[in-house]
Amino acid sequence: MSDPKIEGYEFKPGFKGMAQDTGSDQTMFKGVHWGKAMMWIFLLSDTFIFSCFLISYMKGRGSTLVDWPNASQVFGLHVFGVEVPLLLIAIMTFVLITSSGTMALAVKYGYEKNRKMCGWLILATAIGGLIFVGMQAFEWSKLIHEGVRPWENPFGAKQFGSFFFMITGFHGTHVSIGVIFLFIYAYKTFKGHYDEGKRGWFTTIKGDYVEIEILGLYWHFVDLVWVFIFAFFYLW
Amino acid sequence: MSETKKQEQTTTHKIGIYLWIWGLLFVLSFFSYMVDWYQFQGLLRWSLILLFMFLKAGLIMAFFMHLFWERYALVNVLLWPMTAIGCFIFLMVAEFEYTVFTRLFYFVVGG
Repeated sequence: MSDPKIEGYEFKPGFKGMAQDTGSDQTMFKGVHWGKAMMWIFLLSDTFIFSCFLISYMKGRGSTLVDWPNASQVFGLHVFGVEVPLLLIAIMTFVLITSSGTMALAVKYGYEKNRKMCGWLILATAIGGLIFVGMQAFEWSKLIHEGVRPWENPFGAKQFGSFFFMITGFHGTHVSIGVIFLFIYAYKTFKGHYDEGKRGWFTTIKGDYVEIEILGLYWHFVDLVWVFIFAFFYLW
Repeated sequence: MSETKKQEQTTTHKIGIYLWIWGLLFVLSFFSYMVDWYQFQGLLRWSLILLFMFLKAGLIMAFFMHLFWERYALVNVLLWPMTAIGCFIFLMVAEFEYTVFTRLFYFVVGG
């Protein structure tokens, strides 16, 4: 998304702009909302946290001599008497991608100052996230009933349980926090806080639709992490 | 803190591009589910999983998170640290191979 221009400061595109930006006076990323820059830095650090989880999972799975549980059976569902492999996880993936799409559109309509459309799309995103968390709770309780614990499980290697609860639990926490913020932002959007430049609850900074983009970055990141968890934990 | 003077309207992109990316993400997710559905095994399974994963991640980052249109300074600050993750993966692969080796060795030969 192109950033607002600062008077008396011409930003060059491409690598020239990069040299200009990294070598610029006083601050880097001139004209970028500080919240957006900080959200990117936060997401970078979060990337490292999730990478550490997934890498430790790789190490644990790679170094055990016991057979790893077959994810496609463990996460399968009985639907109308038919065993469908990985069904719940597939639905969760589609729900999260749908909510990511509505969020991307919310950001677009936010910048176009289309308050109602933006609000409804954020609300749709929040509901998508809520459905996702609900299905994850269902998945957890199903596995716990089947005897999966962080220290043991009936399907194979004992490490499976601890990695499963740690990785999906941490991701689910991110989704839950995102859902809470989506509802707050939906409320703020409908109330027109970003149109009037109303100040937030804990800050003196004026409301602006760039906040929707910052929230969007977080939400897309949650979807992004799920792409990796889906590939490595469920499909591998 | 001084608030910088801003343009009234930030330029946005056409809705079509978002819908296209959205559709592509659906199709790619469907394909990666099909990898499991048809129970591909071995190298084919792993390469397909990685291919669809990186395509999805790339599309989300480039278009939904706007990195494609973002200034190069930000893109580079974000993407270069990822090489550290690559190094870490490399180290840990060596580590788990060594662990498996010692386990097999001592379980078979004895301590």
